[in-house]
Amino acid sequence: MSYEIVGLAVLWIFLYGYLIVASVDFGAGFFAYYAKVTKKDHIINQLISRYLSPVWEVTNVFFVFFFVGVVGFFPDTAYYYGSALLVPASIAIILLAIRGSFYAFENYGSKKSNVYMFLYGATGLLIPASLSVALTLSEGGFIVEENGVVSLQYMELFTSPLAWSIVGLAIVSVLFISSTFLTFYASYANDKPALKLVRNYALFWSTPTIIAGLTTFIFLSQHNERHFQNMMDLWWMLGLSVGFFMIAMWLLYQGKRYGLAFISVMLQFFFAFFAYGIGHYPYILDPYITIADGATHPSMGIALIVAFIGGLLLLIPSLILLMRLFLFDADYVKGKK
Amino acid sequence: MELDTVLMSRLLTAMTLGFHIIFATLGVGVPLMISIAEFLGIKKKDPHYTMLARRWARGFVITVAVGVVTGTAIGLQLSLVWPNFMQVAGNVIALPLFMEVFAFFFEAIFIGIYLYTWDRFKKPITHWFLSIPIIIGGGMSAVFITTVNAFMNTPDGFEMENGVFAAVNPFEAMLNPAAPSKIFHVLSSAYLACAVLLAAFAAFMLLKKKLSKQASAYHKKALKFTLTVTFVFAAINFLAGDVSAKFLADEQPEKLAAAEWHFETEEGADLILFGWLNDNNEPVGEIRFPNVLSFLAHGDFNSEVTGLEETPEDLRPPLWIHYMFDLMVVIGGFLLGISLLYLIVSKVKKWNEHNKWLLWGIVLSGPLAFLAIEFGWIYAEEGRQPWIIRGYMTVSEAATSSPYIGLMFLLFLGLYIVLGTLCVVVLRKLFRNNPVEEELEKQYPTIEKGDES
Repeated sequence: MSYEIVGLAVLWIFLYGYLIVASVDFGAGFFAYYAKVTKKDHIINQLISRYLSPVWEVTNVFFVFFFVGVVGFFPDTAYYYGSALLVPASIAIILLAIRGSFYAFENYGSKKSNVYMFLYGATGLLIPASLSVALTLSEGGFIVEENGVVSLQYMELFTSPLAWSIVGLAIVSVLFISSTFLTFYASYANDKPALKLVRNYALFWSTPTIIAGLTTFIFLSQHNERHFQNMMDLWWMLGLSVGFFMIAMWLLYQGKRYGLAFISVMLQFFFAFFAYGIGHYPYILDPYITIADGATHPSMGIALIVAFIGGLLLLIPSLILLMRLFLFDADYVKGKK
Repeated sequence: MELDTVLMSRLLTAMTLGFHIIFATLGVGVPLMISIAEFLGIKKKDPHYTMLARRWARGFVITVAVGVVTGTAIGLQLSLVWPNFMQVAGNVIALPLFMEVFAFFFEAIFIGIYLYTWDRFKKPITHWFLSIPIIIGGGMSAVFITTVNAFMNTPDGFEMENGVFAAVNPFEAMLNPAAPSKIFHVLSSAYLACAVLLAAFAAFMLLKKKLSKQASAYHKKALKFTLTVTFVFAAINFLAGDVSAKFLADEQPEKLAAAEWHFETEEGADLILFGWLNDNNEPVGEIRFPNVLSFLAHGDFNSEVTGLEETPEDLRPPLWIHYMFDLMVVIGGFLLGISLLYLIVSKVKKWNEHNKWLLWGIVLSGPLAFLAIEFGWIYAEEGRQPWIIRGYMTVSEAATSSPYIGLMFLLFLGLYIVLGTLCVVVLRKLFRNNPVEEELEKQYPTIEKGDES
C-alpha cells in the first residue's frame, strides 16, 4: 500500500476519534446548560464536570492533530482549503477559543457565571456546524479557482440543501453520541437520577440522527453522483452502521448494558464515517486535489508515518493511564476521589 | 488592494503570535518552577514549597487554556492566512509541525492527570513524577516549533528544481543552521521569564502593608527561590544571546547589521545603543562601545563584520528593529543585574534584601521580562523581512488573496481583548478570594502560626 493511502487512513481514524471525543464534549456542554435552564443542573452537572475536567484539552489535540496531519501529507489542501475557508474556519477558531478558555475560567476560576455556561453550551453546537462546512466543500462545486485566486461561493453554499443537511446531521449526531456516553457514564457511577435524565436524552436524539443521516444521503446523491455510487458499492458498511444503531437503540430501550450501547453507537458512526471517507476516493477536494497528486514528497510522507508510529507508542500508554485514572476508576467516577 | 491584504495578513499573524507567545512562554517555563517547588516541598518536608507548587499550578491552568486556544488559532492561521506558504513549505516542515502536536498531546494528557491527582497517591513523590512529562512535553513543543521558525530563516534540507522543492530531507530541514542557537535562546528565555514573573508576584505581595507572619514567611521563601532560579537562567540566557549573535554574524549578517545600524563592512566595528538616524542614515545621540560589535559577532575585537550595504536595498530588513534589539538586550542585562543584586544583599547580614526599592525593582522586572520576549521576537521576525522563507519566498507572495482578511483581523482583535481581560480578572479573583494563609491552615492545620523556618 502506498504511503499516501496509509497516511490518509490514519488521519481519517484520527478525525473519527475527534468526532467521538468532541461529540461527547460538545454535547455535554449543551446538556449542562440545558439542565441549568430546566433547573435539573444539580442532577447531572457534577457527573459531567468530573468527566470533562481532566480531558477537555486532549479533545482539542485530536483536532489540531488532524489538520496538521492533512496539511503535512497533502500540502495542496493548505492552498485550496486555506484560501477558501478563511472566514468559516476563523469563526470556528473563535468559537473554539471561547469554549476552551471559558471552560477553564468557569471550572478552575473562582466564580460561576451564567454567561460562561451559556457560551459553553451554545458554542458546543455551533462548532460542529461550522467545522462540517469543510466536509461539504470537499464534495466540490463550492470552491472556484480563477487566475490563481481561490474563492468560496457563499451563495451556492448557503442555498445548498446538502450543506444544511450536513450541518443538521452534525448537530444531532453530537447530541446523540454525547447522551449515549453520559448514559453509560451515569450507570457506571451508579447515579440513578442522572441516568434517568440522560437516557431520555439519548432515546430522544436517536430519531433525528437517523433521519438526518438519510436526508444527507439523498442530497449527496443529487450533488455528487460519483461519491453516492461509490458509497452504494460499500452497501455492507452502511448496513452494518444501521445494524449497530438498532442494537444501540434496543439496549438503551431495555435499559441495560449501557457500555455495549455506547460501543454500538461508536461502531455505527465508524462504519458510516468510513463508508463516506472511502467513497470519496480518489479525491480529497473534488475536483482539484486527488490523493495521488496532492501527496507530499515520499521522504516526508515516510518520515511522517515513522513519527506517527513513534508518537502513538508514546501516546497510547498515556491515554490508557488517563482513562484508568478518570474514566474507568469506579471510585473516581462515583465522586469518592 | 493587494498591498492591503498582505499588510493585514502580517498584522493578523503578528497579533496572534504576539498574544500567543505570552501564554506559550508560561506554558514552557511555569511547569519547571512548579516541579522544582514541589520537589523541594517533598525533600525539605516544608509545606510552604508544596503550597507554592499547588497555587502556581492552579493559576497555570487558566493560562494553559488561553495558550491552547491561541495555539490552535495560530496553527490554523498558518494555512488560512498564508496558503501559498504552507503549500510550498508544508513539503519540508510538516515533520516538526507534526511532532510539535505530539509533544503538545503528551503534555495535555499529563497536565490533566497532574492537576487531578494531588491527593490520590500514597507517596507524594509519585505525584511529582507526573510533572516531568509536562516539562518535557512543553519543552519539546518549543523545540519543534522553533525548528520550523529556524527553517524560515535558514532554509535547508531540499533542492530547488523548476521552482518547486525537490529531494526533500525532513531531518536536515529540521536541523537547519539556525535551529540550535534559536532553541537555546527560546528555552532559556522562557525559563528566565517565568522565574522572574513569579518572583515579581512574591515581591508584590511582600510590599503589601498588612501581611500575616505566616504569609510573609511564605512569600519570602518564594522570592528567594524564584530569584535564585532567575539568576541562573539570566546568566544562561546571556550566553544564549551571545551564541545567537555569533550565528547571525555568520549566517544572516543582514539581520545583525540592521539591528546595529552597521552599514559599511569594517574591522573593529562599534556596538551602538539607542540613538536615532539623521538624514544621511548616520546614528546620532547614540551610546557607542568601540569594537564591541566585532567581539559580539566573532569573539575578536578586531574581526570584520559584514555591513548592511552588502545586501541589495530591496532585500534589507527595516532599520527600526535596532530599538527592538536594544530593548531586549538592556532588559536581559537588567534581569541579570537585579537578581544578582538581591542575592548579594541577602548574603550580607546588615543589609535588608526586602528593601522597598529593591522589591519594586523586582515587581517591575516581571512585566519587563515578557516585554523583552516580545521585543526579541519582533526583532527576529522583522529582521528577515522581506522574506517568509529567506532567499526563496517573500511575504507578499505567500499571503492570502481573500478580501475578508481585514474583517478577520478585527474579529480576532476582539477575541484577544476579551480573552486577555478575562484571564487577568479570573486570575486575580482566584488568588484574592483564596489567600495563602487560609489555605495553609486548611491544608496543614499542624503548621505553627508564624513559623519562620
